[in-house]
Amino acid sequence: MDPKIVEPTIFELSSHGRIGVTMPASDVPETALPPKDLLRSDLPLPELAEVDVVRHYMHLSKFNYSVDSGFYPLGSCTMKYNPKINEDTCRLPGFLFTHPLQPIETVQGNLALMYQLQEWLKEIAGFAGVTLQPAAGAHGEFTGVLMMRAYHKSRGDHKRMKMLIPDAAHGTNPASVGMLGMSVVTIPSDERGNVDLKALEAACDDTVVGMMLTNPNTLGMFDENIEKVIALVHKCGGLMYGDGANLNALLGIVRPGDLGFDVMHFNLHKTFAVPHGGGGPGVGPVGVAAHLVDFLPEPLVGILEEGEDDGETAPLFGYVKPAKTIGRMKAFNGHFGGGFVRSFTYIAMHGPDGLKDIAQYAVLNANYLQARLRSTYHIPYDRICMHEFVAEGRFEGSDVRALDIAKRLMDYNFHPPTNYFPLIVPEALMIEPTETENKDTLDAFADALIKIAEEAKSQPELLHNAPHITPFGRMDEVKAARELVLCCWLPEGYDTSA
Amino acid sequence: MNTPANLKYAKSDEWFDPATGKVGITDYAQNQLSDIVFIEIFVEAGETIEAGKAIASVESVKASSEIYAPASGKVAAINKDLPNKPESLNSDPFGSAWMIQLESASAGDVMDAAAYEKHCEERAH
Repeated sequence: MDPKIVEPTIFELSSHGRIGVTMPASDVPETALPPKDLLRSDLPLPELAEVDVVRHYMHLSKFNYSVDSGFYPLGSCTMKYNPKINEDTCRLPGFLFTHPLQPIETVQGNLALMYQLQEWLKEIAGFAGVTLQPAAGAHGEFTGVLMMRAYHKSRGDHKRMKMLIPDAAHGTNPASVGMLGMSVVTIPSDERGNVDLKALEAACDDTVVGMMLTNPNTLGMFDENIEKVIALVHKCGGLMYGDGANLNALLGIVRPGDLGFDVMHFNLHKTFAVPHGGGGPGVGPVGVAAHLVDFLPEPLVGILEEGEDDGETAPLFGYVKPAKTIGRMKAFNGHFGGGFVRSFTYIAMHGPDGLKDIAQYAVLNANYLQARLRSTYHIPYDRICMHEFVAEGRFEGSDVRALDIAKRLMDYNFHPPTNYFPLIVPEALMIEPTETENKDTLDAFADALIKIAEEAKSQPELLHNAPHITPFGRMDEVKAARELVLCCWLPEGYDTSA
Repeated sequence: MNTPANLKYAKSDEWFDPATGKVGITDYAQNQLSDIVFIEIFVEAGETIEAGKAIASVESVKASSEIYAPASGKVAAINKDLPNKPESLNSDPFGSAWMIQLESASAGDVMDAAAYEKHCEERAH
C-alpha cells in the first residue's frame, strides 16, 4: 500500500481540551454522580473543534467513489442512479417526524403509502400478498423460507428439509437455508447457463422444501426452461422461491408470480432506487402466491374501514394479522423513510410504461457492452444476456487476473465490476451497467476495458500494481484478512510486530 | 502444478493418502483459491464420516469453499495447528497443511494422479 494522500484518523487529530461545543448552563438541579468505581474513565473520545471534524470527513469523502461520481457496473448489485426527488420526498416532515408507535389515526399518510406500495409490488411481480418488513434481501430470503416451511408443516408434511439451489446462486441463498437448519442440494448449471434439468429431476423428491432460483441468474441468463424447472419442483410437492435480486431485467415484461414462483423477495435498494452500498440500508419485501398469504409476517398494512366515493371519507388504514402468520420479522414496520418512501416515489414517477422502459434499457445496455467486449474478453455463456453478463478476466499466456483488471479500471475512473463471482466462471468479471447509463459512458467503459486488455499484453506490471492514481494504491488483501484489528485504537500491550 | 503420484484425488480437488489416511486440498485447489486466509474444520476426532461429507470450510481473498471428504472412515486426528496457519495451505498443501487423518479409511470416488492432472487441464480451458 502506498498512501499518496494521508488523512490522519480522527483520534490522531484529537488534542486534549479542544472542544466543539459550548455547554449551556444546566437547567435541572445538579445531582451526585454514581460511585466512582461505576464510572468509566478510560474512554478515549477524540476532542476536536467542529471545523476540524467537518474538514476531516470532507477529506475522507473525497476518497470515496459513488454512483453520483461515476459509472458503477457492480454486477448483481444494480447500482443505478438514484433520482434526487426521492431525497426530497423521504424528508417531507410528515414522513420524517413520525414514529411507528403513534396511534394509527395520526399516521394515515404513512400507512396509505405502505398499503399502496404493497399493492404495487403485488401487481409488478404477480403475487397475492406482500410483506414490507424484511430489512434486506437475505432477511427476505429467511422470511420466505420460513413461510415455505410453515406451509409444509400446516399440511402435516414434516419431512421436507432439503432446499435445491443452483450453483450460480448468490451465497445468501444457502446461508439463509442453513440458518433454518435445512440442508442444501446444489444443482449444476448446463452449458447454456440454465438449470441442469436432469440433475434437478434426480434431486426432486418428497423431502424437498423447494428450490431457490434467481432468474435471470447471476450469469445474466434468463432460464430458457423456467416453466419446466418450476413444474418439476411443484411436481414433487416443493415450492418455488424466487431471489428477486435481478428483477430489474423483468419489470413490465414478465411477472414471476405468473411463471409459477410461490415466493419472491424484492430488493427495493436495487430495483427501486434506494441508495445502497457500504452496508445499507437494504429493503427486502417478500411477495407470495395466494396459498401462502395466510403465513405472511404480521402485521401487514390493511384497510380497517372502507372509505366512500364522496371524496371526503378516506379509508382507515391500520395493521392486520394474517391467519397463520409466522410472526414478526422485525421491530416496527421495516425501513420506512429510507426505503418505502424512496421506492414509492420511484415507482410513482415512472408509472407502468416507465418501469418497462427500465427493464428494456437495462437489458439493452448490458447487451451493448457484451457485444463491444466479446472479441476482447472470453464470454463463457455467450448468448443474448439480460441485465448483466459475465466475462473472464484472463488471457492466454498471461498472468494477468480478474483482480488486476478490476484494479486497473480504477485508474480509468470506473468502479470495478464484481469479480470472482459467480464461482462457476473462472476469473469472473460480472458487469451490470443498469439502465441509467448513456451510450457515451458505456463506450468509455468498453474502451477502457479494451485498452486494459492491450496493456495486459504489453505492460502486465502496470496491471499487477494498479491502481496508480487513487489516493491509496493496491491494498494488501491478504494481510487485511489475516491480521484483523477491529478497533480504532490499539489495546494496551498489543504486539504490533506479531 | 504438483500432483504426488502416491495420492488419490477427488473431482472436487481434495487429496487422500491411502498409506496414512490423511486428507487435504490439492495444489491446483490452493492455486485457484489464491491466498487462503481462514480455515475451519467441522469434524472432530472420533467421528465417523462418509465420503462426500463437508469436513471444512476454506476462505481465500477471492472466495469461500467447502471441502469434502474424499474417503470414508473414522477421524483419528485433526490438524489443530492449521487454523492458526491458513497460509500453509498455499505453501505446503500436501504436507503440513493436511486437514484430517482417517483410520480404517476407504476411498470414495477418487482418481489417480494422471487422471487428476487431466481433470485439471480440462478445466483450464
